[in-house]
Amino acid sequence: MFSFSQLQERQPELQFEPVAVGDDPGAIFSRDQIFAVARRLKDEFGFVQMIDALAHDRMERKERFEVTYNLRNHRTKERIFIKVRCDERDPHVPSLVPIWSGANWHEREAYDMIGVVFDGHPDMRRMYMPEDFEYYPLRKDFPLMGVPGSIPLPHHEDADPRFTVADRGE
Amino acid sequence: MSFTEEEVILDRPAFQEVPPRQKILDALMSKDTTVSLDEDALEHEMVLNMGPQHPATHGVLRVLLRLDGETVINAECELGYLHRGYEKLAENMTYHEFIPHTDRLDYISPVANNIAYVMAVEKLLKLEIPRRAQYIRVICAELARISSHLMAMGALAMDVGALTVFVWALREREKLYDIFDVVTGVRFTVSYMRIGGMAQDLEEQGIKMIRAFLDGLPEAIGEIAAMLHKNRIFIERTASIGIMPPDEALDMGWTGPNLRGSGIPADLRRDNPYLVYNELDFDVITRQECDVLARYMVRFEEIKQSAKIVRQCIDNLPNGDVWAHDAKKVLPRKGEIYSNMEELINDFMLVNFGQAAPLGEVYSGIEAAKGELGWYLISNGTGFPWRSKIRSPSFVNLQGLARILEGSMISDIVAIIGSIDPIMGEADK
Repeated sequence: MFSFSQLQERQPELQFEPVAVGDDPGAIFSRDQIFAVARRLKDEFGFVQMIDALAHDRMERKERFEVTYNLRNHRTKERIFIKVRCDERDPHVPSLVPIWSGANWHEREAYDMIGVVFDGHPDMRRMYMPEDFEYYPLRKDFPLMGVPGSIPLPHHEDADPRFTVADRGE
Repeated sequence: MSFTEEEVILDRPAFQEVPPRQKILDALMSKDTTVSLDEDALEHEMVLNMGPQHPATHGVLRVLLRLDGETVINAECELGYLHRGYEKLAENMTYHEFIPHTDRLDYISPVANNIAYVMAVEKLLKLEIPRRAQYIRVICAELARISSHLMAMGALAMDVGALTVFVWALREREKLYDIFDVVTGVRFTVSYMRIGGMAQDLEEQGIKMIRAFLDGLPEAIGEIAAMLHKNRIFIERTASIGIMPPDEALDMGWTGPNLRGSGIPADLRRDNPYLVYNELDFDVITRQECDVLARYMVRFEEIKQSAKIVRQCIDNLPNGDVWAHDAKKVLPRKGEIYSNMEELINDFMLVNFGQAAPLGEVYSGIEAAKGELGWYLISNGTGFPWRSKIRSPSFVNLQGLARILEGSMISDIVAIIGSIDPIMGEADK
């Protein structure tokens, strides 16, 4: 059974805060250490697959955004979660795409929805929303009904005015 | 990781590191020709836009292709045409209210989505459901898998020109819709599962229909096999294209039949058994060839395994209730609401304020037809989830599309997309 203290045994200066995700182990690492930890989890502990990554908004708390990676070891059938947090004024965390290519779209989605920027990501574009969209919809301060006028309808200069629909942002 | 040796129907060698078009290229290059060619006959690369409205992209997937002649140099997928913001919606409704929305994710196998979602919520609420309910959930999940795989196989066959197979597959799916109509009350978007059980018990009529379907299934998929498995056109259109080596499939995060088609026997039903899968006898199908045909064959064989599972469940279906008895978490029965005051109050509280889930985070995933379908729920102690992240298999599987399109021909693109079996409702959330 994997536990995060195994990591600390080999690297005593490593700091982390354990969290339980259901029955599975999880730990919060600092931004400086997450990349090296992820590399060792893959190379030394056999967590070869990144199943999922998500970001969420912790709202009023100190470090507002938290990114969670869901890792899986197919040999031992284990699942662990590693987390990293960042502040709203500096929403940067290191990208794990160099370790797992599968993190690519997950991190793009997290950037699109929450606004966390992944440093070192090869293709930091929005995943779902249009590229010129200015907001991050899964932040808690984004209204459920959307922001009026934020997604303009396609507009053509020479379109017949009788058939164009005025954008009311709905 | 041990690779199990499966019987190879088509008797083809396992995947080796040979470029897919090497043979035909060798034949082409070794042929004598009198025509003098320019070194660079097509000096301009072309960019082609495929979709979002394209019959072979199975929904609103847009793929940008960079072409050199007919060879794809690079591809880029564009998602978001069906993005409805379900994760945002989920944060603004109770756990129960979200169940009908899960139907609209993978709309080919809606029951499996219901099960994945309610299992995550039950894990958060620490609810145990009765054994009969677990058996019925397995039956429904496996019927949904059959439904989804039939659609995937039929659509792939249609993409490479075998329209008959598509019609035959849809005919079988129609029988499944009739079963769901009787079992759940709805044909398509069923919303059958509830937190702590399911909407109603599986009745004798439903069991009879499922038995009749299972009896007819070997003949039906036998017809498809007879049509395709020795069909030279089909095999040449699908074999050794869209190759995804096993290590890259893992790296890309592939799960489900796509990963097993690359030779990795990963299946949550066997690896981390949920519901009653540890009591059932079934095989994990893998294929070593890593190509479009391998992924098709995995789906074909999995239909047989699913039928085997459903038959075992029906034969051993235990008696008892199909909902847990926990008044604070599970909706009471209608008859009780109308006759008892306590149940009326509980119903009112559950419908209006939801189950007050304990603080914490939970992830639960099931082996759905497309791969690992899971929910990551974060609760802040109220009846609404603070964050509800959908781990949708189609989204992750599509990520590998650009990788396997590189170097393939334009005519193979439709077969490759069909073999990945993306459902855009799920990929776009």
